[in-house]
Amino acid sequence: MHPVQKNVLLSTGNGTPRISLSRPSGDRLLVSLSGDWTLSRELPSTQDVEQSIRSSEAPQKLVFDSQDLGAWESGLLTFLLKIRELCDREQIPLEDDGLPPGVRRLLALATAVPERKGARKEKRREGFFTTVGSSAIAFWESFQEMLAFIGEAAVAMGRLLTGRARFQRSDFLKLLQQCGAEALPIVSLISMLVGLILAFVGAVQLRMFGAQIYVASLVGIAMVRVMGAIMTGVIVAGRTGASFAAELGTMQVSEEIDALKTLGIPPMEFLVLPRMLALMLMMPLLCLYADLMGILGGLIVGVLMLDLNVMEYFQKTRESVTMVFLWIGLFHGAVFGVLVALSGCLRGIQCGRSASAVGQATTSAVVTSIVSIIVATAIITVVCDVLNI
Amino acid sequence: MEQKPLQQVQPHIVVQNLTMAFGSFVLQRDLNFTVNRGDVFIIMGGSGCGKSTLLRHMVGLQSPAAGRILYDGTLSFWDAEAEARDRIMRRIGILYQSGALWSSMTLSENIALPLREYTALREEEIREICALKLALVGLSGFEDYYPSEISGGMKKRAGLARAMALDPDILFLDEPSAGLDPISSRLLDDLILELRSSLGSTLVVVTHELASIFTIGNNSVFIDADARTMIAQGDPKVLLAESRNPTVHNFLTRGGGGT
Repeated sequence: MHPVQKNVLLSTGNGTPRISLSRPSGDRLLVSLSGDWTLSRELPSTQDVEQSIRSSEAPQKLVFDSQDLGAWESGLLTFLLKIRELCDREQIPLEDDGLPPGVRRLLALATAVPERKGARKEKRREGFFTTVGSSAIAFWESFQEMLAFIGEAAVAMGRLLTGRARFQRSDFLKLLQQCGAEALPIVSLISMLVGLILAFVGAVQLRMFGAQIYVASLVGIAMVRVMGAIMTGVIVAGRTGASFAAELGTMQVSEEIDALKTLGIPPMEFLVLPRMLALMLMMPLLCLYADLMGILGGLIVGVLMLDLNVMEYFQKTRESVTMVFLWIGLFHGAVFGVLVALSGCLRGIQCGRSASAVGQATTSAVVTSIVSIIVATAIITVVCDVLNI
Repeated sequence: MEQKPLQQVQPHIVVQNLTMAFGSFVLQRDLNFTVNRGDVFIIMGGSGCGKSTLLRHMVGLQSPAAGRILYDGTLSFWDAEAEARDRIMRRIGILYQSGALWSSMTLSENIALPLREYTALREEEIREICALKLALVGLSGFEDYYPSEISGGMKKRAGLARAMALDPDILFLDEPSAGLDPISSRLLDDLILELRSSLGSTLVVVTHELASIFTIGNNSVFIDADARTMIAQGDPKVLLAESRNPTVHNFLTRGGGGT
């Protein structure tokens, strides 16, 4: 054997993977591999091979010796692939006879299927105007989709009224329970606290004028007319709207919605309609309940902090809260129910086909619901003002 | 046929008196078998007999109602400390039925995750290994694709690439060829055999595809839904020739074996 010219090593010791280069004859470069080439060890780089190939007296052929090679894993393969690439570039033939048979077969396997043309994705940066333009188009398209969805929902509603809509009664009843009765605990807690907070804030100011009793009017009107509905709407958006989007989104991912479509059952009637109906019916009831809880919260502050009499508080509330306020509040509730159901179902149906798409659909359902609740409140308030009610 | 080099047979996984149950419903009881190092071990049986559940028990996703699973012939998985369990889990690779690629990551990120978590490799090396693993399963150039952008068969192969990320001792494959066309499934079988003979890993394969069973398997266990236990074990080709059990015989001859 010819003497080893050079040792490329990281540290000496048993099992350390290293390569040594030698020239057994003038035109051949022998790469000897030794040690354990496992992922837990630092592997030698291909730099020295590269230098020797590119040197003035470049070899005509590259051969391997793996007699001292211990255990090996993927690291050895990536190393050899790099050398092979190098040889291909410099047009030096590579003989892999000296490698263990397993390595040779894996190398053959790794190069067996060439890269498909055009498969690799090219990263390109888009210009500012392209980005703005395409997001504007995307926005317009999503707006159109939303309009189409609302239109289809209205048509489905029409079919329901003429008794031709198809959905299962049992689904509908289960939904009623899910978005109605099961929401009561959280609605109680939140509305009572909101009533309490309103009363607190009002009490501090009203006490200065000795007008504590008007806390009852403040809390009563605020809760019944709008706050009860808004708080319930936000709770339902987070609770039920998100669950609609996640459920329909997952159904989209697992092709359940496609299965309905191909069976000739419109998902709009079978899935969206019962959800919309359930929320439309349950939201006003939840609102009514939230109003009551809010007034109760106000009463607690009134009695404990302002020394008001319970009957007195009750009387004042009855005096100031008229039936008109109650109807306006319930109307808010029904509108919010439709909005939350529509946004939840819309985002669910639009969902892509992956787990992360379900997450996006849920987020976007909650955001859409809350934004539309606030916008709807503003519109209803302005309309009421114009109509003097 | 591939002949194993003459070497001592070493038990790699030993299943002892395993009982699998969901609550009070017993799915399978008294399973006893040994997977030897370098085996291609087939778990077979009809639909719903608990093949995939058995696999889940072997890889540590579900704890047995009774019995033990020994790794390397001695270390009992479910009695071991959490740390020892983690070490075992790191040495195994699993291909799930539908690939189970993480959908929010690209294919190369899917393969890189175990490498980033469990090795001290540099980003550059991780990238090279990802490219290598994808090349081994014939997916060169698809590094930056998301799982939702590729076909079902490609997802399976990418799942196999991820299962091999850490160069595991044992590869568990859950229905590797289900849902693939005959040619792709044949190619996948070839790929699996090639990988086994060059890497020397042990393979545990759940399948009911007869073609695969006879092509790749050299040892097997047959579990039955009615008997609620295993009714045969051994080389599938030998079982086909010698098994007297009508259920096993029917299964291996697609119900066409007559007697």
